[in-house]
Amino acid sequence: MRKTQLWLHPRLAGWYFFLLVFAFTLLSCGDSSSVSETEETEGNLTAAPDNGSITLPDGFAATIVADDLGGARHIVVNDNGDIYIKMRNTKNGGGVVALRDTTGDGQADIKEYFTEYGGTGIGLYKGYLYFSSDTIVYRVQLNEGELVPTGEPEIIVKDFLVQGPHESKPITFDNSGHMYVTVGAPSNACQEKDRTPGLAGQDPCPELERQAGIWRFDAEKPNQTQVEDGYRYSTGIRNAVAIEWNDQVNELYALQHGRDQLSTLWPKYFNDSLSAELPAEEFLRVTDGSDFGWPYCYYDQNKEAKILAPEYGGNGEEVGRCENVDTPIMSFPAHWAPNGLVFYKGNLFPEKYQNGAFIAFHGSWNRAPLEQKGYLVAFVPFQNGQPSGDYERFADQFAGSGEAINQPNDAEFRPMGVAVGPDGSLYITDDQKGRVWRVFYENSQVAQR
Amino acid sequence: MMILLMNCSGGSGDSSQEAETQSESTEAQSEPQEPSPALTQQMETGKTVYTQYCLACHQADGNGVKGAFPTLHQTEYVLGDKTELITIIINGLQGPIEVNGEQYNNVMPQHSFLTDEQIAGVLTYVRKSFGNDAEEITAEEVKEVRDDVAADTTGTSN
Ligand code: HEC
Repeated sequence: MRKTQLWLHPRLAGWYFFLLVFAFTLLSCGDSSSVSETEETEGNLTAAPDNGSITLPDGFAATIVADDLGGARHIVVNDNGDIYIKMRNTKNGGGVVALRDTTGDGQADIKEYFTEYGGTGIGLYKGYLYFSSDTIVYRVQLNEGELVPTGEPEIIVKDFLVQGPHESKPITFDNSGHMYVTVGAPSNACQEKDRTPGLAGQDPCPELERQAGIWRFDAEKPNQTQVEDGYRYSTGIRNAVAIEWNDQVNELYALQHGRDQLSTLWPKYFNDSLSAELPAEEFLRVTDGSDFGWPYCYYDQNKEAKILAPEYGGNGEEVGRCENVDTPIMSFPAHWAPNGLVFYKGNLFPEKYQNGAFIAFHGSWNRAPLEQKGYLVAFVPFQNGQPSGDYERFADQFAGSGEAINQPNDAEFRPMGVAVGPDGSLYITDDQKGRVWRVFYENSQVAQR
Repeated sequence: MMILLMNCSGGSGDSSQEAETQSESTEAQSEPQEPSPALTQQMETGKTVYTQYCLACHQADGNGVKGAFPTLHQTEYVLGDKTELITIIINGLQGPIEVNGEQYNNVMPQHSFLTDEQIAGVLTYVRKSFGNDAEEITAEEVKEVRDDVAADTTGTSN
C-alpha cells in the first residue's frame, strides 16, 4: 500500500493528527467548503495498490472509494463531499447509493441505498438531488447534513416512452433554469424491423418525434410531461449517454454512440474490419435547434464527413442529404461507447486540465469478431469551448491485464460515470462490478519523496 | 412466464432437461452416439449463421454482454421448449426477462429473414455449443413454427 509521504513523516504526524481533528470538526459543522479542509483531505488520501487496477499519468494516484456496489452509473459529488450514484438496477432495495467518507482517507465508510428505481441519470441542482429511472425524472431535497434524503421524491418529468435499448435518461442543468434530458433512439438505424439485413430505413424516421434527441425542460416545475412541456433542443442524436452543460461557455455538450453492425446488415459495402472502425463516436457541441443527422447519416472519421447511411441509400461513400447536417467537434474510434462527461473546474489538477473534458468510455461490444476496445477515461484539453488538442488516455487499463479483450464480459471494469469533487478529485464509476475510484494529484512536496 | 423461469433456474433445470432430451431422442430415429453427416452439416451452417448474425451481440463465446445481451450458456430458453426458442428467432424478443439470474430489458431483433435451414442450423449449433447439449432442431420443425407464427400474427413484435 502506497501512502503519501507527508502522512508517514514522523515530524509531521502530530500536525496531521491536528488536521484530522480539525477536519472532523468541520464535517460535523456541515461546512466543508473551506480551502484548508481541502488541503488536509488531500494529504490523507491513500493510493490503492496499482491505483485500484488502473493506470494514470505521472503525478496522479487513485484510491478505491467503494467496491462491488453493483451497476454504478452516473455519479455526482456534493459540496460537502457526499457522493450519490445512480444504480442500473435496484440493489438492497435502492436505486441510488449514497457514500460518505468520514475519515478523509478517500474511502467511503458509510454506504446507504435508497429510492425505488434503477436508471442512469443523476444531478445536483439548487439543493436538490435529481435522478432518473428510464421513464421519469425525480428530485428530492437534500437537507443540511443529511446523507440520505428524508423527504419524498417529487416527479419533475414523466411519461417518456418505455423503450428497451438506449433507455437511459441522463440529465444536466444550465444556468438559466433548464434541465436537459437525453432520449435515445430505440433502434439502430430506424428500420421498421430493427437490425434487419438489407432493409431500408423509415423515411421520415418516426422515432425522431419523441426520441433520438435531447429535450429541455423547466428544471424545477413538477409533473411535466415530454409532450406537453418538453422542448426538443436538438435532434438526430442516436444516443447520448454522456451529456454535460459547460459553464465556461454556457453551452451543452454530449457524446453520441454511433450506429452498429454495418457489416452484418450491409455486407455488400462493409466487411468486419471496416465495421469495427466505423462510424466514429462523436463529441457534439449541442446548440438550440441542431440536427446531427441520425438515422440518415453517420460520421466517417477518415473522410471527416457525415456519410449517407446504407438504410437510406448510402454505400459508404455517398454524402447525399448529409451535406448540411451538424458535425462533431471531435471524433473517437468507433464503438468505444462514451457514457460519462465532465468538464474540469477543480483546483487540484495541473493547469492544463482546467476546463478540459474527461470522458468515460464504457468499452465496445460491437467490434466483434475483432478485439474489443475503449475501456478508458480520456482527457480532452479545451479552450473557449473547443478542443485545443488531441485526446489522451488519462485513466486506462480498466479492462484488465493489458491483454486483448475479446468480449466485454472479460473486461474487469467498464468506466461509466465521471464527476469532480469539491477538492478537485476526479471520481470514476464502473458498472461491471461497481467500483468507484477517486483520482487525485500528488502535489510537488509529495512527489519529492 | 418469468416467474416460471425464475422457479426453475436453480440447477434443477439440468436434470429435467436431460430427461426431456432422452425421451425426445428415443423418439428420434437417428443414433445419438455418432454425429450423422446431416448433423455435421447443420453444425457448419449453424456456425456460419451464428458468426454472421448472432455473434455481434451474444459474442464469440456465447456469454453475451452483462446488462445488455444475455448468455446462451445453459439457459432455459436455449435448452427448453423448441417452439419457444424457434419463435424467439423468428419474432425476436423484447421486454424484461431473467436469464440465469440476470435481468435484461432489451430488444432482440427478429430474424425471420433466415431460411428454415439456417434457423435450424443456428439453433442446433447453439444447443450443442457453449457447454450445451440438447437435441438438434430440424428445418421441418422451424417451418411448422413459422407457419403458426404467421397465422397468429399479422406483423412481428418488432
Ligand atoms: C442486436 C443484438 C442481438 C442479436 C443480433 C441477436 N440477439 Fe439474441 N438476444 C438479444 C437480446 C437483447 C436478448 C434479450 C431480449 C430481452 O431482453 O427481452 C436476446 C435473447 C436471446 C435468447 C433468449 C435468452 C437466452 O439468452 O437464452 C436466445 C436463445 C437468443 N437471443 C439467441 C440468438 C440467436 C441464435 C441469434 C442469431 C440468430 C441472436 N440471438 C441474435 C440480442 C441479440
